[in-house]
Amino acid sequence: MKFFPLLWATLWRKKIRTIFTLMSIMIAFLLFGMLQGVNAAFHSGVDNANVNRLIVSSRISLTEALPLSQMQQMDALPGVAHVTYAVWFDARYQEQKNFLFAVPTDIDRYLATIPEVKVAPDQVEALKRTRSGILIGTVAAKKYGWKIGDRVPLHSNIWTRKADGQSDWAFDVVGFYDFTGDPSQTDGAIFNYSYFDEARAFRNGTIGWWIVSVKDPNQSAAVAQAIDKLFENSSDETKSQSEKEFAQGFMKQFGDINFIVTAILGAVFFTLLFLTGNTMMQSVRERVPEMAVLKTLGFSDGQVLTLVFAESLLLCLLAAALGLLLAQMIFPLIAGKIGAASLPLQVLATGGLIAVVLAVLTGLPPALSASRLNIVDALRS
Amino acid sequence: MNAIVTLSGVTKRYTRGKQTVEVLHGIDLEIAQGDFVALMGPSGSGKTTLLNLIGGLDQPSTGSVAVAGERIDTLSGSKLAKWRARHIGFVFQFYNLMPMLTAQRNVELPLLLTSLSAAQRKKNAEAALAVVGLADRSKHKPNELSGGQAQRVAIARALVADPTLLVCDEPTGDLDRNTADEILHLLQTLNREHGKTIVMVTHDPKAAEFASHQMHLDKGLLVGTTVAA
Ligand SMILES: Nc1ncnc2c1ncn2[C@@H]1O[C@H](COP(=O)(O)OP(=O)(O)OP(=O)(O)O)[C@@H](O)[C@H]1O
Ligand SMILES: [Mg+2]
Repeated sequence: MKFFPLLWATLWRKKIRTIFTLMSIMIAFLLFGMLQGVNAAFHSGVDNANVNRLIVSSRISLTEALPLSQMQQMDALPGVAHVTYAVWFDARYQEQKNFLFAVPTDIDRYLATIPEVKVAPDQVEALKRTRSGILIGTVAAKKYGWKIGDRVPLHSNIWTRKADGQSDWAFDVVGFYDFTGDPSQTDGAIFNYSYFDEARAFRNGTIGWWIVSVKDPNQSAAVAQAIDKLFENSSDETKSQSEKEFAQGFMKQFGDINFIVTAILGAVFFTLLFLTGNTMMQSVRERVPEMAVLKTLGFSDGQVLTLVFAESLLLCLLAAALGLLLAQMIFPLIAGKIGAASLPLQVLATGGLIAVVLAVLTGLPPALSASRLNIVDALRS
Repeated sequence: MNAIVTLSGVTKRYTRGKQTVEVLHGIDLEIAQGDFVALMGPSGSGKTTLLNLIGGLDQPSTGSVAVAGERIDTLSGSKLAKWRARHIGFVFQFYNLMPMLTAQRNVELPLLLTSLSAAQRKKNAEAALAVVGLADRSKHKPNELSGGQAQRVAIARALVADPTLLVCDEPTGDLDRNTADEILHLLQTLNREHGKTIVMVTHDPKAAEFASHQMHLDKGLLVGTTVAA
């Protein structure tokens, strides 16, 4: 540590150059943090998907409605544990950018099918008592500061009301819900289907998609087949998928995000490697006489190697830390749109690892050449 | 005579491609403890080469070099580096200070290789700067110092670890007459009052007069020793 002032002073020997290099590395890591964060958020749906649950939607398209009457038939199927449903409400609060995953459903069925959703029992009762009641997810509640008793106006991009032909709905907050293991699922709300269905102007008696839990996860493919068979040749044919398949299919709409992210970051870091490596090499070349003096004073080859390497390690880690910190600060601002709250720890850890690799690749060659420097020749030049 | 430096039968050959040149041809010399030796000779006669051998920066092709009773021609690279840190203070023609470090940090550099505490290092560095008369410039960077001042800082750096031997290669080669004389007076004081043994390479006969002995090198051979009047 006593070498730190020497190291630090050496690093800032050419301020402009160091700042420029620092900025390039920092921006690369900012980009890394943001893109990997987005990537991870997109994949969290797949990662958190439950294997013993099926999503049953219309065979024609995801947006096609299905009749509520299908429910009894599914309830009766062997292998089916619970059935619940939801409708795509497309809720916005005050502004279009404030999207909320708000769904009308049957709360008892919903909680039975998706046990990760946690609601206090008295709040479940309150929702059942209050026709216009709504349960708010903890992330959404925190974001908008809603409390029990608040009247929350939500605009639907799809559903108009029978009464006034308007798309502005209002709900009374009666409680909150959590989602075990994935807080990003709580940027939304749950309200009564019965209230919604009565008040909406069209497609009454239909739902958007079914959520079915199976008794035995090993049988989920068979159950999916049985459901689709049940409605084959009816006017409402279905397509049943596991939650995971559904999430993957949903993501494919956006292209292969993983590939795009990896390709962009690969190009960025490849360029960075040459830029930083060249800068390091140049800065050591300029300092040949100084290195020779250090050796003259009795610094060993190993100590000179360590000093030069530590310099690039310091630069890379400092820049990467700044970049990732910045990413962590900015990410939540855009994350709300894609249903993630903060940068996953794994992204930060991977970033740190990449910084070390970058430091080794760019710092080791000049460090080796500095340590091999011959004093007498260097002093002569 | 109590010799602190003893060279016997020292030759030095450089190989450049297929060609081998012998630069020093069998040097025998002794330098006494507390001496101030000026090493003179025409350009290319091998002064720097000889000084580098005495200071342990380079090793002879044949012959032996002993300093303070220790054979240094047989030491390995890392042992030699440690040995230099303990025994030799170097002063160069162009000062060779670290441009981004203050005078005090420059002087402190050799102490980083010792086990002294930070406070002790600072104290010793300031003491060394005081010896060369630059106590008030400790926070200045090299580019804020005159040539003479920079050379004083370099001398303080050479002194700070209390080396056995001070080795100077044309320390006044880049300075005007008056500044050169000041530096030479400083070296003389260090020799006379602090008992430092000094070996100094110089072209300048006037500079050599400050030393107590003069050695003359010509084409790689010692051609004579003069004792100061
Ligand atoms: N590393 C080397 N490789 C090849 N030849 C060398 C090397 N170092 C020195 N020489 C040669 O050895 C001879 C003596 O060089 P040296 O630097 O010791 O002379 P010098 O007396 O110090 O000269 P100056 O007064 O110009 O500094 C020169 O001819 C030089 O070219
Ligand atoms: Mg020379």
